[in-house]
Amino acid sequence: MIKNILNLGDAALYCDFGNKVDQKTNIKVIKYFENIKKQKIYGINNLTPSYNKLIISFDLNILNFTELKKKIEDIKVSESDVKQNQKIVKIPTCCDDEFALDIERLSLKLNLTKKEILEKYFNKEYFCYMTGFIAGMPFLGDIDKKIRFQRLDTPRVKVPKGAVGITEQFTNIYTFESPGGWNILGRTPIKIFDQVREKQPTLINPGDKVLFYEINKKEYLKLNENK
Amino acid sequence: MKINKITILREGINSTFQDLGRSNFYHIGLPFSGAMDKRNYLIANKLVGNKNNEAVIEFAYQGPLIKIQDGNINFAVSGDINFNIKKNGKLINGDCYKTYFLSKNDEIDIVSTNNSVYGYFAVSGGFELKKNFGSFSTTVRASVGANNGNKISKNQNFIINDFGNKYIDKSLKYINSKIEYIRILKGTNFDYFFEQSIKELISKEFIVSKLSDRMGMRLQGPKIKNLKEINIRSEGLIKGLIQVPPDGNPIIMLSDHGTIGGYPKIGAVISADYDRLIQIPSRKKIKFKLIELKEAEKLYKLYQMETENLLNQI
Repeated sequence: MIKNILNLGDAALYCDFGNKVDQKTNIKVIKYFENIKKQKIYGINNLTPSYNKLIISFDLNILNFTELKKKIEDIKVSESDVKQNQKIVKIPTCCDDEFALDIERLSLKLNLTKKEILEKYFNKEYFCYMTGFIAGMPFLGDIDKKIRFQRLDTPRVKVPKGAVGITEQFTNIYTFESPGGWNILGRTPIKIFDQVREKQPTLINPGDKVLFYEINKKEYLKLNENK
Repeated sequence: MKINKITILREGINSTFQDLGRSNFYHIGLPFSGAMDKRNYLIANKLVGNKNNEAVIEFAYQGPLIKIQDGNINFAVSGDINFNIKKNGKLINGDCYKTYFLSKNDEIDIVSTNNSVYGYFAVSGGFELKKNFGSFSTTVRASVGANNGNKISKNQNFIINDFGNKYIDKSLKYINSKIEYIRILKGTNFDYFFEQSIKELISKEFIVSKLSDRMGMRLQGPKIKNLKEINIRSEGLIKGLIQVPPDGNPIIMLSDHGTIGGYPKIGAVISADYDRLIQIPSRKKIKFKLIELKEAEKLYKLYQMETENLLNQI
């Protein structure tokens, strides 16, 4: 199922699953990721699954590209292993004006009312393709075709922790204050990444289903874990 | 038992606790982190008699001013560093790669790095700290690691683990080597770029921007022009990768890099040259040379052997 394996620098493998960005391709990547992780191959020090690639980095003192490439090529993950997770994570989101930083602009550009945008966004099951960039940030999709829009021309220097954003077919949550260019619809009071929970620091993991639902400001303040 | 304690009178720049870094968390967005200059980190720990993954203080350009609050410490500084010691009220010029034994009220002033970026301060016994995700390494952006994931700040106190309170007399003759070129391999999007731009990447000089930090090294020079696609689908990154954003100014991913990114990758710095890459200060020149994978693997073995030889001399 891996189409091609290249070297990424001298201490990583670039496993290419093609150019498609869809759940079917991504589930294959996740299955390979889980399978390789389980095998605990000595010398592998990181695995990074994304939409349609899997990066495997290794300790050059223990392994080299040719050896590890052979090992990975020998791994067989059958199509029947490719099953979806059943877990659904529900994320409360407040869209008060102070949190919905880009909704007015989106409303103008998309020619939809604020209410119409949120109706199309909320209470839909999204799929988690990957987590990363910053700790625990989930990349989710696919959102309704009518509310898709490109990222900001000039990214914000600081997007607040908990901000919920959309760009193209994807939606995400800023798990930490960070620079970023996604269109912000609201904010969640839930802590998505908790460094104290070392065994399971991330609330959302690749393969999970995620559903956003709207809450009001009062409920937001009551639930707020991102102080 | 006597408690050995230090106080930070001045924090220095970007001073953090670091060890060998943490593996197997890229998939949740946690970078490897760890000491930027692994060789100097290992030497510092070996000099003071620690195991090779003990936490040390890493600093950039300027280190902390440290006072011994209580007890004693046995320490060493590694890198190319200018530092002073105040012992029994007397001022001494400090030498890198040499251990010193200090007592209550003595001070260490790590003034500056010389034509380099990072330096290390290691103490016998190590600091009393808590690991997070299996490592002491601080990743400030994710609030992960020792010291609650924060930089070291002024007026903080740190306890030093028991080390027997004896002077451990060790030194090493070593001069940090400089190399003319940073050697790179082709990146996975090498063919996205104009031939002219590739020629310029490996023949012209670039300047390290002052916006560089533990996450990335930003370069300025000839603009690297893309002929195919400006953005690609986000995918996993590793340290040493050279990404080219739409503005044409390359960024090299360093130890605290974002785990995924969507800019085309023109190249990757070889592992053997990473320690020397990160020591090039801002506003200084950098030149690249393109080599093949087999050569990169050989150069890494050589570099590793050299490091082992140095450690064996201690």
